[in-house]
Amino acid sequence: MNSLIRRKLVENAYRLKLSHKGFCTGAAAKVSSSNGAQPSNDHVGQQKSSNKSEPHDIAIVGGGMVGMALACSLARMPMTKHLKVAIIDSNPALSNGLSIKKEDPPDARVSTVTPATISLFKDIGAWKYVEQHRHAYFDQMQVWDYTGLGYTRYDARDVHKEYLGCVVENKVLHSSLLSCMQDTDFQKTIYPSRLSSMALNPGILSMGMNSTSSGLNERGNLAKLDLSDGNSLYAKLVVGADGSKSRVRELAGFKTTGWKYSQNAIICTVEHHAENRCAWQRFLPTGPIALLPIGDNFSNIVWTMNPEEATDRKSMVEDDFVKAVNSALDYGFGPHPKSSNFGSGGIFSWFKTDTTICANECFKVPPKVMKLASERMVFPLSLMHANNYVSKHVVLIGDAAHTVHPLAGQGVNLGFGDAFSLSRIISEGIAVGTDISEVNLLKKYEAERKTANVTMMAILDGFQRAYSVDFGPLNVLRAAAFHGAQYIPPLKRSIISYASGDQRLPIFS
Amino acid sequence: MAMTWKLLKQLRPPPYTATASTSLHRPRFLNFQNATRLFSDQPPLPPPSGEPPPIPPPQNSHSPSPSSLNQAELAKFAAIAGTWWDSEGPFKPLHAMNPTRLAFIRSTLCRHFRRDPLSARPFEGLKFIDVGCGGGILSEPLARMGASVTGVDAVEKNIKIARLHADLDPVTSSIEYHCTTAEKLVDEQRSFDAVFALEVIEHVANPAEFCKSLSALTVPDGATVISTINRSMRAYATAIIAAEYLLHWLPKGTHQWSSFLTPEELVLILERASISVQEMAGFAYNPLTGRWSISDDVSVNFIAYGTKTETATL
Repeated sequence: MNSLIRRKLVENAYRLKLSHKGFCTGAAAKVSSSNGAQPSNDHVGQQKSSNKSEPHDIAIVGGGMVGMALACSLARMPMTKHLKVAIIDSNPALSNGLSIKKEDPPDARVSTVTPATISLFKDIGAWKYVEQHRHAYFDQMQVWDYTGLGYTRYDARDVHKEYLGCVVENKVLHSSLLSCMQDTDFQKTIYPSRLSSMALNPGILSMGMNSTSSGLNERGNLAKLDLSDGNSLYAKLVVGADGSKSRVRELAGFKTTGWKYSQNAIICTVEHHAENRCAWQRFLPTGPIALLPIGDNFSNIVWTMNPEEATDRKSMVEDDFVKAVNSALDYGFGPHPKSSNFGSGGIFSWFKTDTTICANECFKVPPKVMKLASERMVFPLSLMHANNYVSKHVVLIGDAAHTVHPLAGQGVNLGFGDAFSLSRIISEGIAVGTDISEVNLLKKYEAERKTANVTMMAILDGFQRAYSVDFGPLNVLRAAAFHGAQYIPPLKRSIISYASGDQRLPIFS
Repeated sequence: MAMTWKLLKQLRPPPYTATASTSLHRPRFLNFQNATRLFSDQPPLPPPSGEPPPIPPPQNSHSPSPSSLNQAELAKFAAIAGTWWDSEGPFKPLHAMNPTRLAFIRSTLCRHFRRDPLSARPFEGLKFIDVGCGGGILSEPLARMGASVTGVDAVEKNIKIARLHADLDPVTSSIEYHCTTAEKLVDEQRSFDAVFALEVIEHVANPAEFCKSLSALTVPDGATVISTINRSMRAYATAIIAAEYLLHWLPKGTHQWSSFLTPEELVLILERASISVQEMAGFAYNPLTGRWSISDDVSVNFIAYGTKTETATL
């Protein structure tokens, strides 16, 4: 018997050794910022020192749309509303609020929020603030390509919904979330600074069994965050909501997969004579151009092209740019799809299962752009996905975990999906007394969101790739896909509901 | 987890007598007259033919120790104590099952103590004891749910690990850990609002005596929660063959099928210890998701919640 116990003890000692090795790699994650992350911070020292030393439950790094959505959602749920949350962001709007004047022309940075996101916003009580500002629901969507072969038109009525989505300026979404947060008595502390380094303390196993007192104190199970203004704070869980260049992701040592498309997107606001009620997207050989309604007579343009063209079009005079936009949305690069002909025995007539195509399904030409209403901004496009979203004490949400092609404006919806999923899982964990920094709990969030995010990324990347080649047979294939989407009603319905944020794959509905 | 919530909701509203699980088991008790003999203080009688042979659990019943503990079982746990909090280590199945059993505890005890099920700390002000606390896997969540928790374990090493780990978080550092046994606490005349012995009874030498101690620790109208593994063929196949030999989830020899109790036997020995079982549920494992959920199927892992009745029938 004794020898058996001894053998078990030896095995056990071996295990401890193994976990000790784990500690060494864990220590590697304790990176201190070598070059100091020089931030141009105007608000250094404004932080009141009141509860500086008291540890927080959650530190949200990045108080943008996704970070604030998480904070609001935590503030609203009975299980999480008592949590002490720190929000680290140098944006002064977080402390001082944002004033948005209704007369101002819309900002060029907009998001297309899906019905799924809208209902999440309604749940936390933020949508009523969005509705007080400029926003544009759209109930129709037309997608077509330059070859004149493929087009498809979606209508909210096809899926018995009132609208397909809503275009909202990012600043409106952000300020609505801030207002929503003001409504609650949530214990939050805003640190108007940036994260410069982070230390993730090792767990008990790595410390070994004999170190009863040395090195272990009440801070043992906390992450330490050092800020660029010299403040530091402790938190059980650090949430990286700090965008595609996430400092949290870098400091925690998460690996990413991704690539740059050698493409840039020009975004700007334009004005029409009349109100636009439809989302338009046309695939051009150089990349897609989208025209999204943003309320009043304004629309938003997202035009993807190669970097040289983007530089040219950014600097060209306004009249030429407007002409280029109108041409890209009309006859430029190729003819209009001849929708009426396909019904009567074109090469795609065999796709047509439903012969009743009403008039509003016919191809339409987008409204003419009259003039520019904002500056033109250029952004490089890239696709990035973090291999893991969670580790002990750290979790990534939104663009910190994944950046996608801006096509169809899905990026922010994925981010909101992350934020609401994480808050729900934290709430479920608290209900059963789980430590919120526990990896097993956080893994549930990762499992839930990875599937949704990777699927959407693959679809968008596929679109991008399909249109980056101009090759005859491929054009026909693409057109066939379009016609499938246009004329096979169940497929069409499922594509619309997928694009609306329902968690189903188009084919398996 | 979504599943757990759904089940939580289902468990919450109806009074306990109406749940499917309890009504299912009540009628069957009549068939278990021989079980009473099994757990009486007399040496067990040979089982009647035609039934799977329930080998009596006491292995060292002649041991001078006054405790209901089994010494060999203690040695087994001392050997793996260092890995309690390694969620990928030997206690991985326990970590995976923990949220599910806590969901059962939360829903039954919120009802028992008339606490708000939407509160983050529903057990504030209640004294709980976790008997056989191991590394504190159950004690810590109970403390986070607001209870004043005492954790006891007969293995010194477990208590050391539990203390160390609980001190990492101010909320759990208030847990009292003692290397002692339920019997000794009874001698000290300690009592608690709720007594927990999860995945413990299958490792004790004398389950009937053990239950009497648990009962003695519970205040009148207090709650007792016990979970264990059924002595069924399916339990043998899953909890021993699969978990220990095929999947290596648990070290070989962790469990002995013969010392498992069936739900009917457990209800009976609890009844004799003046604890009336109010609700019982099973845990189902989904191998595809790797998650546990609460179910009506008590054929492998099951949990029982009972209340201490005032009149002792000892």
